[in-house]
Amino acid sequence: MTSYRIDHGGLIDRTRPLVFTFDGRSYTGFDGDTLASALLANGVRIMGRSFKYHRPRGPWSAWVDDPNAIMNVKLNGREFPNCAATTTYLEDGMAARSVNAFPSAQFDVKGGLDLMHRWLTAGFYYKTFMWPNWHLFEPVIRKMAGLGEISRDVFEDYVSDQVHDCCDTLVIGGGGTGLAAAREAVETGENVILVDDQKTVGGGLFRTGLIEGQAAADWVEAQVAAIESGGGRVMRATTAFGIHDHKLVGLAEHGKFGCPPRLWRLRPGRIILASGALDRPITFANNDRPGVMSLDGACEFLARYGVLVGRNIATLSNNSGAESSARTLEQAGANVVTLDPTAGHACAIGGKRLRGVELNGAFHYADTILCSGGQTPLVHLWRHAGGKLDWNDDLQAFVPGKAPEGMIAVGSANGFFDLQHALDDARAVGADTARPNKKSSYKLTPLWPKPGSKGRQWIDFQHDVTIKDVELAARENYVSVEHLKRYTTLGMASDQGKTSNMSGLAAMAAVLDRPIPEVGTTTFRPPFVPQPLALYAGQRKATLFSPLKRLKLEPEHRAADAALVEYGGWLRPGWFGSGDPTEHIFNEVQLVRETAGIFDASPLGKIEILGPDAEAFVNFAFYNTIATLKPGHVRYGFLLNERGIVMDDGVVARLGDNRFVISCSSGHVDHVRDHLEVWRQDCNDPERIFVHDTTQHWSTVTVTGPRARDILEKIDTRIELAADAFPHMTVREGTFDGAPIRVARVSFTGELSFEVSIRNTYATALWNALLKSGASIGAGPVGSEAMMILRAEKGYIIVGKDTDGLTMPHDLGFTVPRLKKKAAFIGDRSLHMQVGNETDRRALVGLEVDTGSAMLSTGAHIVADGSKPRTLGYVTSSYDSPTLKRPIALGLLEQGAERIGEKITVWHLGKTVTATVCPPCFYDPEGVHLDA
Amino acid sequence: MQIFICPFCGPRDEREFHFEREAGKIRPDTTKLVSDIGWSDYLNEQRNTKGAVREVWSHLPCHELFVMERNSLTMDVIYSTSRRGPVT
Repeated sequence: MTSYRIDHGGLIDRTRPLVFTFDGRSYTGFDGDTLASALLANGVRIMGRSFKYHRPRGPWSAWVDDPNAIMNVKLNGREFPNCAATTTYLEDGMAARSVNAFPSAQFDVKGGLDLMHRWLTAGFYYKTFMWPNWHLFEPVIRKMAGLGEISRDVFEDYVSDQVHDCCDTLVIGGGGTGLAAAREAVETGENVILVDDQKTVGGGLFRTGLIEGQAAADWVEAQVAAIESGGGRVMRATTAFGIHDHKLVGLAEHGKFGCPPRLWRLRPGRIILASGALDRPITFANNDRPGVMSLDGACEFLARYGVLVGRNIATLSNNSGAESSARTLEQAGANVVTLDPTAGHACAIGGKRLRGVELNGAFHYADTILCSGGQTPLVHLWRHAGGKLDWNDDLQAFVPGKAPEGMIAVGSANGFFDLQHALDDARAVGADTARPNKKSSYKLTPLWPKPGSKGRQWIDFQHDVTIKDVELAARENYVSVEHLKRYTTLGMASDQGKTSNMSGLAAMAAVLDRPIPEVGTTTFRPPFVPQPLALYAGQRKATLFSPLKRLKLEPEHRAADAALVEYGGWLRPGWFGSGDPTEHIFNEVQLVRETAGIFDASPLGKIEILGPDAEAFVNFAFYNTIATLKPGHVRYGFLLNERGIVMDDGVVARLGDNRFVISCSSGHVDHVRDHLEVWRQDCNDPERIFVHDTTQHWSTVTVTGPRARDILEKIDTRIELAADAFPHMTVREGTFDGAPIRVARVSFTGELSFEVSIRNTYATALWNALLKSGASIGAGPVGSEAMMILRAEKGYIIVGKDTDGLTMPHDLGFTVPRLKKKAAFIGDRSLHMQVGNETDRRALVGLEVDTGSAMLSTGAHIVADGSKPRTLGYVTSSYDSPTLKRPIALGLLEQGAERIGEKITVWHLGKTVTATVCPPCFYDPEGVHLDA
Repeated sequence: MQIFICPFCGPRDEREFHFEREAGKIRPDTTKLVSDIGWSDYLNEQRNTKGAVREVWSHLPCHELFVMERNSLTMDVIYSTSRRGPVT
């Protein structure tokens, strides 16, 4: 066993052993371990396989920057994919599985793929699988690609809480400088939040010796105590994963494994970024071998978990920070040889088990190689917020430059790698005083990937991108870093290039012989580490996402055994009665055609337009001329958008000179109201028009059928109901039980209909009175499904079902206003653009199937026959008509009006049937029933 | 997530707002002759300026349209003015 647990030290609780499995074998760790530290403590080094070549991989580092050790983890029967072993805290009973490896990470049957590496270069898929068709190969490749395996179980209770909060100062990062800055800020009286993504704050402090004369743990405890006693909050295991517009910070607070993280949407007054820095890899031959690790990472494993990653260690470092690290490892019991990689060509020797390192031809025995290629400040959040980066030649790193408003970087994140200097600086920032000016003692020799050098040298460990792939990308002219990233997939793995980006762009700079800052970085985008989508979704599901609108008459419908279904956001009776719905719906249709049905039409729009300019406004809003409508009359029409597309249809009732009621479709009311409100304020004088949506304040009960008048007559409405006194397409106002009512003679069924509208408070009485009156002649309630069939029989459309985003009013047979209306109206000019004048526009038609054939499928394509099939249109509505005793359908069809009588072919899911085009009205085309 | 300022309701979360159009665009008088190009420009041509922009937005809860000046690059909100009264 190469790595092992030393007998002292670390932040783990050695009195609490935890049992877990990895790839089926059982191991023991301690409370406070991560999966990675526990496995290393058990001598397990190979924790996964790489994405493309299936090379064995061990952890590169100890926290979020590790790209290698990714696992599927199961606990209490729940399995989660893509868990980073270095950030997953160990819990008793965990079962971890390596990914991209079968049967285990140690022995993987696809390991042989590595032998093919010569042919598996960047862009290999695109180049190889072009002929005859990529789609032939795609299923197999997709099966081979990918890392974790997602559980098919749905965790209904995996729902994130979401909290909104604010503070004066947010400190991101609980390392030395974060703690120092937060403490100062608290002491000046500010409301401070400090967040840190680990369970134990302190950052990298535990791997250093004494801090200001105190042991790291004591120093950290003193700072935390001072912050908390001053009213500051310290949030542990909380990741600041993104800074969004206007300084909104997203925090993910993690609980036990398998619990959804809690989202904090935090608005701080100012942000102190103390996110630290990462030790970057050194690019040399075979640098992806298990046992090649980050020097800082190795020290972190030792300091936090008491794990020594190797017995015979060779360090490769180009900077002054490495010396003390080497000494720490030596004191813990390792043999350490320090090598200078800037001296020449290095190569790791060994396979699954490292044997040593060769430097300039000289072999050095080692079971572990620790690399430190210099510190890279973690500037992700700085860039999210829009901060600029400057290239620092001394540090060979991008450091925070011009700051975004209200943000300041301290410590290693700012390129300050001397602890005392960084602490003094952070305190000044926390207290908002002048920052001290000191010179850094940190020294490093530039060391970057050398193109053209021997061996396979990894740049992106997770996605298997080597320096040769970068060279290839450059040869093929993918020289921009953004192109390089996408062509080679460098930095596109789940670690998002935390380790690989700097090496990648430095390699590109070297290939192009340009300075690194000229090549630049790729864009840093949230989230800093992967977050479950449930975090963003929170409770917004089902009715909490889209609240149901409820009918005033719902209790009556429930009592009448209605099947309540959602239609356009409203919970409405689909039909009445339990059991087979088809029979109920057919009976309800027949009831309307033969006697009368009573229908709750309350969701129907009731948008009032009032004011001295109301007439001109409604005339402007509608395609049809409304200005000529007389009080007491009703007109059907379309609302268009400015592109001439039918947005909704409905009837307008004129109640007086300055008062109109628009009855738009039930599902479109909110949209129409918004549309009218915008036009009212934007192109008209809002002082002279008022848009008043009364839809949810008034209920509407429709009595429809040949005997509708008989039902209404038994109720005292003070309205003369005779056909000559109250003809079709007129509106009357009356009373019911002393309450004002509005009755409109408009029909959605083709039968004599009265739409009775009343204030919600009186709706129940009205409904019951009409039902009682109807019952005496055999009439009863009908639901929405029957209405859908009734309207289709009559050829009445539903906008959005029988029309689409291209339908103009003249496609629906309403041609006159387009040619004759003088006044301006919304969308007018668009109807005469080239697209509106095309002769092959899709028009509304009826479709009849041959006798005895089944009904057409809604959505089925109407296709042109011939050698090149082409869609001419599609079926929009299709029903078995109880009235006509045969199937009926509506559709949109190219040149539909000219095709009446033609036989056409309808295609659906590989099957074709023939149908005949007919006018879109199947019932009472003369309108005898309507005018009754 | 941006904070926009409704002239009536004050600073609110951006999700409460709806973009209507760029300010300064005038609907052509369609009772007169409007060329295809003229209408197409009105429908489709946006200035899409990088930097300071003036736009018409509506605040959905109070449903008032107003003019907001903001910076499309830095996302800074500069000011909001009611369109009631003399509109500039």
